[in-house]
Amino acid sequence: MSSHYEAPIREPLVLGEKSYHDITMDIVKPIEGKANKNWYIAFTIALIAFLWGVGCILYTIGTGIGVWGLNKNIGWAWDITNFVWWVGIGHAGTLISAVLLLFRQKWRMAINRSAEAMTIFAVFQAGLFPLIHMGRPWNGYWVLPIPNQFGSLWVNFNSPLLWDVFAISTYLSVSLVFWWTGLLPDFAMIRDRAVKPFQKKIYALLSFGWSGRAKDWQRFEEVSLVLAGLATPLVLSVHTIVSMDFATSINPGWHSTIFPPYFVAGAIFSGFAMVQTLLGIMRKVSNLESYITRLHVEYMNIVIMVTGGIVAVAYASEFFIAWYTGSPYENYTYMSIGAATGPYGWAFWSLILFNIAIPQLLWIQKVRRSFIMSFIISIAINIGMWFERFDIIAIVLSKGHLPSTWTRFEPTFVDVGVFVGTIGFFFVLFLLYARTFPVIAQAEVKTIMKSSGEHYKQLRDGKNEH
Amino acid sequence: MYQFSSKLKISAIALMVVGLIGIIIGFASAPSTEAEVAEILAHQESHGTHGEAHATKEVAHHDAHAEVAHENHHEGVKHDAHTVDAHETEAHAEGHSDHHLAHVLHQLQNRPWAAFYVALFFFTFVTIVVFAFLNIQRVAQAGWSIVLFRVMEGISGFLPYVSVIFIVFLVITAFHGNHLFVWMADGTVDPTSANYDELIANKQAWLNTPRWLISGIIYLVGWNVFRYLNRKYSLLQDNAGDLVNYYKNYKIGVAFLAFFIFTESMSVWDWIMGLDPHWFSTLFGWYVLATALVSALTVIAMVTVYLKSKGYLEVVNNSHLHDLAKFMFGFSIFWSYLWFAQFMLIWYADMPEETVYFVQRFDDYKFLFLGMIPLNFILPVLMLVNSDFKRIPQIVLGVGTIILVGHYIDVFVMIMPGTVGDQWGFGITEIASILFFLGLFIYAVFTTISKAPLIAKGNPFLHESEHFHY
Repeated sequence: MSSHYEAPIREPLVLGEKSYHDITMDIVKPIEGKANKNWYIAFTIALIAFLWGVGCILYTIGTGIGVWGLNKNIGWAWDITNFVWWVGIGHAGTLISAVLLLFRQKWRMAINRSAEAMTIFAVFQAGLFPLIHMGRPWNGYWVLPIPNQFGSLWVNFNSPLLWDVFAISTYLSVSLVFWWTGLLPDFAMIRDRAVKPFQKKIYALLSFGWSGRAKDWQRFEEVSLVLAGLATPLVLSVHTIVSMDFATSINPGWHSTIFPPYFVAGAIFSGFAMVQTLLGIMRKVSNLESYITRLHVEYMNIVIMVTGGIVAVAYASEFFIAWYTGSPYENYTYMSIGAATGPYGWAFWSLILFNIAIPQLLWIQKVRRSFIMSFIISIAINIGMWFERFDIIAIVLSKGHLPSTWTRFEPTFVDVGVFVGTIGFFFVLFLLYARTFPVIAQAEVKTIMKSSGEHYKQLRDGKNEH
Repeated sequence: MYQFSSKLKISAIALMVVGLIGIIIGFASAPSTEAEVAEILAHQESHGTHGEAHATKEVAHHDAHAEVAHENHHEGVKHDAHTVDAHETEAHAEGHSDHHLAHVLHQLQNRPWAAFYVALFFFTFVTIVVFAFLNIQRVAQAGWSIVLFRVMEGISGFLPYVSVIFIVFLVITAFHGNHLFVWMADGTVDPTSANYDELIANKQAWLNTPRWLISGIIYLVGWNVFRYLNRKYSLLQDNAGDLVNYYKNYKIGVAFLAFFIFTESMSVWDWIMGLDPHWFSTLFGWYVLATALVSALTVIAMVTVYLKSKGYLEVVNNSHLHDLAKFMFGFSIFWSYLWFAQFMLIWYADMPEETVYFVQRFDDYKFLFLGMIPLNFILPVLMLVNSDFKRIPQIVLGVGTIILVGHYIDVFVMIMPGTVGDQWGFGITEIASILFFLGLFIYAVFTTISKAPLIAKGNPFLHESEHFHY
């Protein structure tokens, strides 16, 4: 798209009088400088949480899954809730880098790197749960269809839990490749600037000898587009398959055909909320205010509103159809009067409050463009989307077909500890990333500087009307 | 300014007239008494193969229905053994009894109505979704599609015409002019009636004729109000010195999309899912949206290619076409995704009250039901994955035709089983309905396009769109 014709009413995406060199300097500063006290404090807290989580995981594996709060009717609760929550968070990264690339959204360029990092670190956390929630995790490799000495005993390909294995592992590999490809020019930039031999060596290894020739760039662009085209159906199918863990069952409340697109919409909703949370902090601590601007925050909020709206329609459909089925069992699903008034009413109403009510504030432009309000609302959505998954899983299981199986779930400290541990692990990775990786794709931002930079826009507006 | 060529106008009118005659023939040839039905059935039996197939089908039906009844009984839902086809069970058990004759009579009488309804629904949804897409483009501040805005507005110009027909149709249906919606039949909610159906009676709060009619009118009038306002401000913006009208339209677009996402699902529950009142699927509203969305994008592309070929859209280049074709490609996959998600989840869990929907389609509509997969998925994907192909008007037209046929079949397979069951056919009445709406569509759309300049010149993104190159 020709930049010379950009409409004057488009707001700038890069603020200030930035030159190419300024962009480089702003982005390498955290990498070339030293970490401050706050970083060490945050890192220590995250590390302690992570180690605590490791302890809880080892305790679970060593002692048995019975140390969790699960019971014989509610066999899935926090484990799968956290799994779906983390996978969902991971989706915004691919959405930002792939879907927004397909839609030629230039504002994506300031946030895609961190969003993809978030994807990868979130999928790491998600990937833990399918392993540790197994009763015999050491037999976990049996999920793979590998020839073996049991007369080549294979897996049954009919289970969505097996599809999960393929979905998550493919998703992680493709995201990783996509992310790394985009990093090559940026690593090369750091390599070329490095003065310390050790650092130079590391970044030379990471950048795969990128030299930035025209042919390389051409292929780079083509690969990015093809990967974006592949990652988009992938991102839809991954969360679809996750949703099918529930939707293929016959549990009232789980068996629902809307789950595939609705889980995907929810994933984007929660993922964007997490991006908003992280970038809200990052733009401040890494001094990236010129790149992650109010406009970026507003655009992300608009995506949150749209996907939140889709999720709201899905809730309404679930609620309506549950009644419309005429089946008395549907009276206790996670979206029903039974849920709203039952023992998990607080979880139901938390969901409504955090996912449906609070995000409506974003209709107000002042709120949408406010950093602090966006931050608060994004946290609310992270909480709300956790409740959504918890409600779908625990409320539905707590009141199944037979009243004699009706029960409740109470988490133990191990359930909580594992979850806290994954949050710690996530931040350990993210904090390390923020110190060693270029958190903004400088190569991409440099391509829009002249079309969408504030300074150049002013020059253009001064010279001619359009 | 576009000049509506007299040749095209006459063709459109001819299509309408031919269509109308065909529709009348369809209605006139529908049987009016059970005696006629008996004769038709006897005729069908005499054709060996068809008779055999029919008999097999009947057995299959009976099994499926019995199973459902059984299952529902287990679940404690006390109601008659009525299923999707509310009147079928006992009738089939007794063979060709009077009950069965009455049932087939209803189905045969439904056929011209259903044929008309398939075309009406298809054209209405395509039109409203074109308008929704226009608003998405506006609200997203797209920079490429401004030069196509008047095309989309022109297609949306069909909305008032088709809405009037739709409202008349809703009123006739609500006042028992046809038997399309079995739940509207007399006595379905009356426990003393032979027609009583407890499942329907339980859903009375939603499935009741006044609510159904009033909601239907609200959806249609609501959409038309948004379209009217949108068009008004779009035209005003052409000669405005400021962007006041542009911002108004932006807000109208946001409000419409919020209104539409809810009313779309509800209208689909009312107008399509209600045809099989025992069946339900939470995804259904979005699935129908996907069908309409692919068709809408195709229609935009086809009208654009036509106008361009007549030399009216100079600034539209093959990059614009490429973008439209990409949307056709992407949303064809999206449709397939939803089709598969809905089908697979119901097939996998195999709960009888849901599975009957697909059992019936597999038994009686196998060719169409499976045939739409290559038309809607395989061919568009194979043809449009190549980016050079997406820039060639002939290929876009060719694939577009396939897509439209495929999605018409999709709507056909949604509507027919619940209304005419195994008495479906594809003959004069079906073709005539398509021709009538096609003629009216061409007439309305090109009349609307001829009323305003083809370029929305007041739009602040016009300059970007004119120089759009991908």
